[in-house]
Amino acid sequence: MNDAATFPASLAGITPRGEPIELRVAGAIVAEALRATVALLGPGDHRTLTEDRPPPPPVAPGDRIRLAGGLVATVAALDPSTPRLAEVVFGLDRPGATAGVWAALYRAGRPVQYAHVPEPLALWDVQNVYAGRPWAVEMPSAGRAIRGETLLALARRGVEVARVTHAAGLSSIGDAAIDAVLPLPERFEVEGATWEAVARARRVGGRVVAIGTSAARALEGAARAGRRTGITDHLLGPGTRRAIVDAVLTGVHETGTSHFDLLRAFAPREVLDAALARAEAESLLGHEHGDLWLVWGAPRRRADVGPGAAARGPFSASSPGAPAR
Amino acid sequence: MRSMNAGDEAALVTGGSRGLGKELGKALARRGARVVLVAREEEALGRAVAEIRAEGGEAHGLAFDVGDKEAVHRIAGAAAALVGTPSIVVHNASTLGPVPMPLLLDTACEDLERVLEVNLVGPFRLTKALAGPLLLERRGLFLFVSSDAAVSAYPRWGAYGISKAAQDHLARSLAAELDPIRFLAVDPGEMDTAMHAAAIPDADPATLARPFGGARRRTSGSWSSTEAQGRSGSRARRSCPSSSPRGISSS
Repeated sequence: MNDAATFPASLAGITPRGEPIELRVAGAIVAEALRATVALLGPGDHRTLTEDRPPPPPVAPGDRIRLAGGLVATVAALDPSTPRLAEVVFGLDRPGATAGVWAALYRAGRPVQYAHVPEPLALWDVQNVYAGRPWAVEMPSAGRAIRGETLLALARRGVEVARVTHAAGLSSIGDAAIDAVLPLPERFEVEGATWEAVARARRVGGRVVAIGTSAARALEGAARAGRRTGITDHLLGPGTRRAIVDAVLTGVHETGTSHFDLLRAFAPREVLDAALARAEAESLLGHEHGDLWLVWGAPRRRADVGPGAAARGPFSASSPGAPAR
Repeated sequence: MRSMNAGDEAALVTGGSRGLGKELGKALARRGARVVLVAREEEALGRAVAEIRAEGGEAHGLAFDVGDKEAVHRIAGAAAALVGTPSIVVHNASTLGPVPMPLLLDTACEDLERVLEVNLVGPFRLTKALAGPLLLERRGLFLFVSSDAAVSAYPRWGAYGISKAAQDHLARSLAAELDPIRFLAVDPGEMDTAMHAAAIPDADPATLARPFGGARRRTSGSWSSTEAQGRSGSRARRSCPSSSPRGISSS
């Protein structure tokens, strides 16, 4: 399970030239540095498709964008690929400690909304029951299926539950230039106890089920990187040889989305197409906050799980990209 | 005295700007915990944080009202960002309601509701937000600060006593459901705090314990605790003479 809590990533602000702008935090905020990559959107809210919103007013490095409650985002740099992605540093317009900035961020921020979800989502609507550190900016929403009751029932049946933390970032905005670089590389952390749980499951012939695609990405990213924490841009897709994950609980996503491509690491195209047709016939709800699929993958190849792979496993906790607590 | 070690634990203390909450925050920080204090008043909160830091401890202050529904996930998220998911949670914030404390017959319904929001529903909401990740780790400690008004009925202590009796049962019920996470309800006894002065302005401070510091010096009696035992339903009162309840350094 990905225990990342969902940060309320949508922040309304005013540029130094008095123009309204929305900052949408695209990846986890670095806790102590209070630094983040944000997507810039023009005025409007979730009732307007992001595709149809006006472009954001221009901003430049050094600009101080004023947000609610005395919060200020100072533009540190613009992304070379598109001026609609910026690095910002959050602070207050008065003296204050890091905790004051986090409190202000939480007061100012609203959860990212979805045009297909009729009621506005409150902060508590986008938290999984087991959510901890706020690394996600979009809810790892497959976890909605897991209730306290589920955790107790799994324990009663001898299913081991382990956690990873994966900074699920913005998946799309509706702007071609930004969407081309999304998702940004994402932070992950797989604690030693989780890695041991995976090893125990292997020993007894058990299987590993990822709750959500972000949990799958954390485990496979860690296995590929050979370390427990870091930043991964490893995307699962057709032809990916899975090293860890046997199945994934996931939302129903249509052909052509990155989520759908990820599922092709588990099942062939024709199986997924047939499942999608069935889902449409049964009027399942797609996208985030909709219905769920449990996708059992084709068996992993022996070579991927042998002693060689285990030896390459992420046993080292140290890495240059290790996230702050 | 058994020395406790809260090293590498993240702790959250509500009502942390003064009185018992501030002293518990200090005590946890001295034992190595990374501490988040929550309180409504930003200035008092800042002073409490500064006191802990002056002793070399790690502390952060989040200015929120635990009786405010909107605040709960903001507290949980910001705390986890600052120190990691708290494994020790002290539900210390509470309100007496209007003072001088009225008879229940004269208590406005809205005042009772506010007392319940702060003393019962707030801790319930905050526990909901914080217990889930600890269930994955199969560890953690929630400490509810209780009162003998939870057990005995005193004139004019009705709203407060009702809220504390319900809070005790909240702790027991959570313990029955979420083993092995531990839930303790503790009655610290009468202490020389701002809240005590508001409730009983005529009390002689010399007869009152100092919050936590005083309790530590005493050899018996000041702290009595209820180990929340939902399954058996028993209320095991015992005194913790020289330290706070066992298990504060959760394993």
